[in-house]
Amino acid sequence: MAALVAQQGAFVPRYGLDLAGGTTVTLSPVTPDGSRPSRESLDLAVDIIRDRVNGSGISDAETVRSGDTIVVSVPGRGRQEILELVGTTAELRFRPVLAVAPARADAAGAPTPPGTPAASARPEPSAPASPRASGRPYPPATPDPAATPGAPPGGGQGTPAAPDPLAGVDLTGIESALAEEFRRIDCSARSRGQGVPDDPGARIVACSQDGSSRYILDRAAVRGVDVADATAGVDPASGEWIVTAEFTGLGATEFARVTGRLTGLPEPRNRLAVVLDGVVVSAPAIREAVPGGTARIGGDFTRETATRLAHQLRYGALPLRFEPGTVEEISSTLGADQLRGGLLAGGLGLLAVVGYALLYYRGLGLVAVSSLAVAALLTYLSVAVLGAYAGFRLSLPHIVGLIVSIGVTADSFIVYFERIRDGLRAGRPLPLAVETGWRRARRTILVADAVTLIAAVTLYLLAVGGVAGFAFAMGLTTLIDLAVVFLFTRPLVTLLARLRFFAEGHRLSGLARPRRTVGAEPAPRGT
Amino acid sequence: MGPGRLRRDGADLDILGRRRLWYGLSLALLALSLAGLLGRGLNLGVEFTGGSVFTFTSASATVEEVRDAVGGALRGSGDEQVIVQRTGAHGWRVTTGLTAGDRASDEQVERVRRALAARFGLPPGEVGVQVIGASWGGRVTERAVLGLAVLLIAVIGYLSFAFEWRMALAAVAALGHDLVVTAGVYAWSGFEVTPATLLGFLTILGYSLYDAVVVFDMIKEVTARLGSTGKMTYTQAANRALNATLVRSLNTTLVAILPVASILFIGTTLLGAGTLKDLSLALFVGMIVGTYSSLCVATPLLVALKEREPRYAALARRVAGRDRALAGAGRAAPGDRAARAGRGPATTAHKRRKRQS
Repeated sequence: MAALVAQQGAFVPRYGLDLAGGTTVTLSPVTPDGSRPSRESLDLAVDIIRDRVNGSGISDAETVRSGDTIVVSVPGRGRQEILELVGTTAELRFRPVLAVAPARADAAGAPTPPGTPAASARPEPSAPASPRASGRPYPPATPDPAATPGAPPGGGQGTPAAPDPLAGVDLTGIESALAEEFRRIDCSARSRGQGVPDDPGARIVACSQDGSSRYILDRAAVRGVDVADATAGVDPASGEWIVTAEFTGLGATEFARVTGRLTGLPEPRNRLAVVLDGVVVSAPAIREAVPGGTARIGGDFTRETATRLAHQLRYGALPLRFEPGTVEEISSTLGADQLRGGLLAGGLGLLAVVGYALLYYRGLGLVAVSSLAVAALLTYLSVAVLGAYAGFRLSLPHIVGLIVSIGVTADSFIVYFERIRDGLRAGRPLPLAVETGWRRARRTILVADAVTLIAAVTLYLLAVGGVAGFAFAMGLTTLIDLAVVFLFTRPLVTLLARLRFFAEGHRLSGLARPRRTVGAEPAPRGT
Repeated sequence: MGPGRLRRDGADLDILGRRRLWYGLSLALLALSLAGLLGRGLNLGVEFTGGSVFTFTSASATVEEVRDAVGGALRGSGDEQVIVQRTGAHGWRVTTGLTAGDRASDEQVERVRRALAARFGLPPGEVGVQVIGASWGGRVTERAVLGLAVLLIAVIGYLSFAFEWRMALAAVAALGHDLVVTAGVYAWSGFEVTPATLLGFLTILGYSLYDAVVVFDMIKEVTARLGSTGKMTYTQAANRALNATLVRSLNTTLVAILPVASILFIGTTLLGAGTLKDLSLALFVGMIVGTYSSLCVATPLLVALKEREPRYAALARRVAGRDRALAGAGRAAPGDRAARAGRGPATTAHKRRKRQS
């Protein structure tokens, strides 16, 4: 773990919003008809955005509804990328592909998607930045001379005339309006049609996310709300990043039906597009029906894009669209004095604990103090590593929680030491007392730590916001406590018991034999 | 009772014999806490109630000046939590607990606005006011409560499996006791309840359960072979277990409380209002009450449940009869020292012996 820390240069834990300040984004919702969004849809949006920015529950982000806007604060300065994360509408659909073509005819040199039969013939007269992909029929009066005559009336055999850039694209059964739109769409424009009204019951024209291809897509077969869960991972067979999506009961049935239907259709109509927010994220060919409700989506993902898609799939039903609002940097809410005060207090408290342990347990106190030091070091390293890799943000409540965990960690040693002394009081020789004491203390420590772990895991899984992060810290310190007691304290005591200083029960060893053993009350049975 | 004596021969205190005292004390604490919770209520923070945010621009202002200006405008309206933040180069954001709506609070909001404008030489229109909703909204609380409910069921299940249902019940009862008493302290002290406070409560929850489990583990061990000799009742054995673990309990509490006490001290004296103070008070009170309740609430409750079991009731009768017989013979009872820990028949036997001598 130390190596991990060193490698990342992450010797410093990341601090939370309250200690380090962060970036705030204000989002204004946009409804299709311009009316005020309902309170319920705003609250739902807050929940979804909270999940997005605080996905694993330990990053200490804050999401607040403020009037009709939503204010998102994440720890760390200059984090413009959260705008993208929180503002994406992310309505997800699976739509069968009806036709594919390269983005623009003049992009002939650009790589075409595999299996796309379209070979562009001639540069398309530069299309005006059109009102793209709206699903509405395109107005016939256009500056493009090639377009209007090329569109066949009605459905029918829609292969356009020879100079058409879409030569070779099979437009069988596609409405002329749609074909026309397909011809006009400019996927190389900056905006690729995100967020246009995307009626799941209608066929649409859309661009791929990288802007390299354009598609005509059928009605939505499966919708985002039918996705139960999604994860990103590496395919062990090919070593490529893939996204695995699991569907709910109804979604699984639908998905099995549509994949079954697509199998065996000629390219490109055997492909199923994953459409997010009006943009084709991926359009894999379906080679066989996918029963069982789990789909694997591949397609040139990097770790980053796969993770992003999995996130988007998982929280794919944002009920409102947002206008990206202002991004501001904010200072810490607490300020440095609280952090300094907390650390000072923690230091003073630790000093008192060390003093008490040495006074009361003498030589054994050294074991307790060094065990605490090891636990503290492990905790620090874990917090630093988790900050660098998992987005863990240390906030003031966490720090106080960690200081409190000193007590629970120390208790494990105290239970053990008291058991050893019980054994000595009962007249056992030191090595035996160390052994039997450990057996009994071990059970107590395991049972008691199990309760804390149950509490931590339950709260982490069920609670949201700050509680989840806190529960995470609680579980972490409990595990560290177990590791230290089993792997450090216990071997150390066994080792020390062989030293003369301890074995002979020196007055300062903390293992001095009680003077009144004979004639005193025998120790409780079983102790 | 200094540590010296504890260390040499273990403690010998009749904790369970005074259970009426503990019950009385706990009932009084609970009643007082409930009275505080119902009568005074909790002082909920901005995160729960929502509040107002004031924004303005000033190149020269400092955090202290802003805090001072807002504090002056709010004088006489209780100790509101005021969060002052810088935004961007010269921007300021002040969050207060003021909610708008009724006339009185609208006036207060306006007063703060004018105070800020006057202090930093801005037209009042340049100070933006926004009334925001609670960030620790309904859903966060809802999920936390759901988590707590599942947690309690899981813990009862686990303790029933690891120990037995009576111990699970007693441990959870003691936990409820700790939480109510801690909440009562907040009601009476008027300290603000913030999300940090809730986290403090959760820590207490973990600590209280942990402590009860350590004590019960010892009781389970000591009472495991009870009944084979018929010398001790369950109550007496449990009292022994408490004494055997008393040194541990006191040491642990001390070790856990020393850092918390220093946070509380520094948080209250040096820093004033803030997370540290809110959090450490909950922890300080909760840990003391948690240790007390493991010894003096959870264990008496457990013993009361156990003594209803036929085998331990029969054992208690046997021990009482034996003590009576020994006392009748006028000899010092070997089990007497342990018997003192008990109550009822054992105490009667003790008194009778005294009368005879």
